[in-house]
Amino acid sequence: MSTAEPAIELKGISKAFGPVQANKDISIRVMPGTIHGIIGENGAGKSTLMSILYGFYKADKGEIFISGKKTEIPDSQAAISAGIGMVFQHFKLVENFTVLENIILGAEDGWLLKPSLAKARKSLIDLAAEYELNVDPDALIEEIGVGMQQRVEILKALYRQADILILDEPTGVLTPSEADQLFRILGRLREEGKTIILITHKLREIMETTDTVSVMRRGEMTATVKTADTSPEELAELMVGRKVLLRVDKKPPQVGEVVLNVENLRVVDEQGVERLKSISLNVRAGEILGIAGVAGNGQSELLEVLGGYADGTGTVTLNGETIDLTGKHSDGKSRRARGIAHVPEDRQREGLIMDYTAWENTAFGYHHDPAYQSGILINNAAIRKDTEEKMERFDVRPPNPRLTAKNFSGGNQQKIVLAREIERNPDLLLIGQPTRGVDIGAIEFIHKQIVALRDQGKAILLVSVELEEILSLADRVAVMFDGNIMGERAVGDTDEKELGLLMAGVET
Amino acid sequence: MDVMPKWAEVILVPLISLLLAAILSGLVILAIGEDPIAAVKLMVKGALGSTYGWGYTLYYATNFMFTGLAVSVAFHARLFNIGGEGQAMMGGLGVALACLFIPWPHWTLALLGAIVLAGAFGAIWAAIPAYLQAKRGSHIVITTIMFNFIAAAVLNYMLVNVLRPQGSMDPATARFPEVVHLPTLHDILGMVGISFSKAAPANVSLLVAMIACILVWLLIWRTKLGYEIRAYGHSESAAKYAGISPVKITMIAMIISGGLAGMMAINNVMGEAERLVLNATEGAGFIGIAVALMGRSHPLGVFVAAILFGFLYQGGAELALWTSIPRELIVVIQALVILFTGALDNMVRMPLERIFLALRKGNV
Repeated sequence: MSTAEPAIELKGISKAFGPVQANKDISIRVMPGTIHGIIGENGAGKSTLMSILYGFYKADKGEIFISGKKTEIPDSQAAISAGIGMVFQHFKLVENFTVLENIILGAEDGWLLKPSLAKARKSLIDLAAEYELNVDPDALIEEIGVGMQQRVEILKALYRQADILILDEPTGVLTPSEADQLFRILGRLREEGKTIILITHKLREIMETTDTVSVMRRGEMTATVKTADTSPEELAELMVGRKVLLRVDKKPPQVGEVVLNVENLRVVDEQGVERLKSISLNVRAGEILGIAGVAGNGQSELLEVLGGYADGTGTVTLNGETIDLTGKHSDGKSRRARGIAHVPEDRQREGLIMDYTAWENTAFGYHHDPAYQSGILINNAAIRKDTEEKMERFDVRPPNPRLTAKNFSGGNQQKIVLAREIERNPDLLLIGQPTRGVDIGAIEFIHKQIVALRDQGKAILLVSVELEEILSLADRVAVMFDGNIMGERAVGDTDEKELGLLMAGVET
Repeated sequence: MDVMPKWAEVILVPLISLLLAAILSGLVILAIGEDPIAAVKLMVKGALGSTYGWGYTLYYATNFMFTGLAVSVAFHARLFNIGGEGQAMMGGLGVALACLFIPWPHWTLALLGAIVLAGAFGAIWAAIPAYLQAKRGSHIVITTIMFNFIAAAVLNYMLVNVLRPQGSMDPATARFPEVVHLPTLHDILGMVGISFSKAAPANVSLLVAMIACILVWLLIWRTKLGYEIRAYGHSESAAKYAGISPVKITMIAMIISGGLAGMMAINNVMGEAERLVLNATEGAGFIGIAVALMGRSHPLGVFVAAILFGFLYQGGAELALWTSIPRELIVVIQALVILFTGALDNMVRMPLERIFLALRKGNV
């Protein structure tokens, strides 16, 4: 293998966006027939690097060699002809086209579709046999599952004769078993001599699937090592630049009375689709109930209706008192007044006003607080002072209340939201995807805060698509699938495999 | 981080945009065979060279302040109120009713009454499209435009069939009684010994408009309501999360907006014409959009932009009077100003940002 030319070699790639140096002098060699992982925190420059390789951005400096030959990649067309295929995090498929139609889209041979389709059908059968990539060519994209859609993306690349496959966070939307299938397919592709670049922030995937791994931090390549020679702890340290605690330290829960009780909660959206079908659950004081599930199975609706900005039917009580699910007393304001705080799933669309300053965001939702008023006017100085203190306690960096929310990193934005909600001393905290898009260093801090709130005897409802996060934080876990709760387990009595089956809708 | 210092953002960008608009306007004037330098001199002299000119400039500016503020308030809730024209017309109706049918003892009380009625009429006229937007999802741009036409038709009917004095051929109301005449700048400044043109229409409404600027500033940046309006304007999904009702904010922002547009009538109807005539608004409702755009929906910006457009209006009228530059060309110049300060903002901003970036790098 040492005599072979690398499939891809990047030499001294640099790219700046304005004052931000997204990639700094990056060099990397990927040997053919290997799976090469690229790991790094959000904003470390992984996606920028791959976008350069796929012709979306042009590097300021540096050279790209494909199979030893210097190659210019000015656009994605050039990348495809150089044998590079890309599977994006968000699929680029036409929902109401069939699998076959999606595969030839953009690669039609002539004016008439029929010959192209016939040819594609034949090569699809060949590819399926060769790589164990079975899909129904005539199924509509909108009717097949996410895992299948991803296969179609891979087939699209292979149909275009890709020898090098780049996958950007491929498991973000998959159940654990779908992810396992994906990794089996990748292994098969490697056996057939394809080269695979896997971009991810999940250490486990890197350890399980890759041959070599490169770590990126702040636009620089900090290390490239053989996967067999490293450990998750070492990789985490390389990513963050300091030692990281991967497990959450917590005491056994001191469980109290039932705080939140939900019975037969049902939510129908504006299109008339039933998003929640008779959900029942409860959360007691001093415990964290984790809601696991693949994104889009009703978790968002559950948070929205409990948070007061979606209507529902059923019975919900907080400390024994009924909460309105429709009408005038069902909004975020009245929920807060009842002692429900909410860290929403999407902090950029819901939790924060991105164009508001940190102090304006700290008052967000609590702007009726008498402490923030002076007469009929808002007391800006009081809010700023309060924000400054909260920023200090939650280690928000930079600790400047006058800075606009969009100028903070994802982790610091999340800390602003957390500080606002947790410091209100709520009876119940709803928290969705607490660490999505948050760097590892901040994850540690955020997890500690959530556990600390639990230990103060508060009830916490945690929704996350990261099973690992649920397993390390929650005391009990309920799995949602298709608007139902498939099952509830104590965290100590279950494992990823069982939860994975529940997430896929299989009764266990 | 913000790339440019705030002063560059607020002053330099619009100034350069204006300069570009001026240069292009100069070229257009040159192209039709007139002397741009002389034209500029004439405009400045006509609009700012005498208290008479100032009186007209400020009179127009007063109109634009009200309508500019109206558009700004709605815009903070990301509602595009194109209906300032119609709301101002209805405001005129309110002023006419207040002045004609209520026996006021003094002009100050009449002014207060007129403000209330003008505001109420404008607000009602904005509330209907707001309701349709909030409850039925009918797009407010479309409905406010339609309401402009409906307002014009209503006014037409009222003037021709109801309010026209017996025997008059003119579709206008009777003159307002002497007691409700508002003091002009001539009267006000005369009290402190400054002589100001008697013929110019600028009046006490200018002060009302300036107070409105301050109140709007307080409303938007210093009250809970303003905080909610801006939050809703930035992100509807976040507003919902926080418990801010989209219906409530849409209604309130539009009612305030319509009220401000309606209040313009105290200037043009009560202060200047002293009766309600057809087409009294003369497009000020639409100019308000440009003023708000150029003033970045900030009351101070609106104030400055309104005076600039007042200058363009009055200077343009002078040009049309004294040169062979046709009136239509004045519209072209105004359009260029709107184009450069509003629509082509990024054309100036981006190179400037690059310069500031280079400067900063040089410093480090």
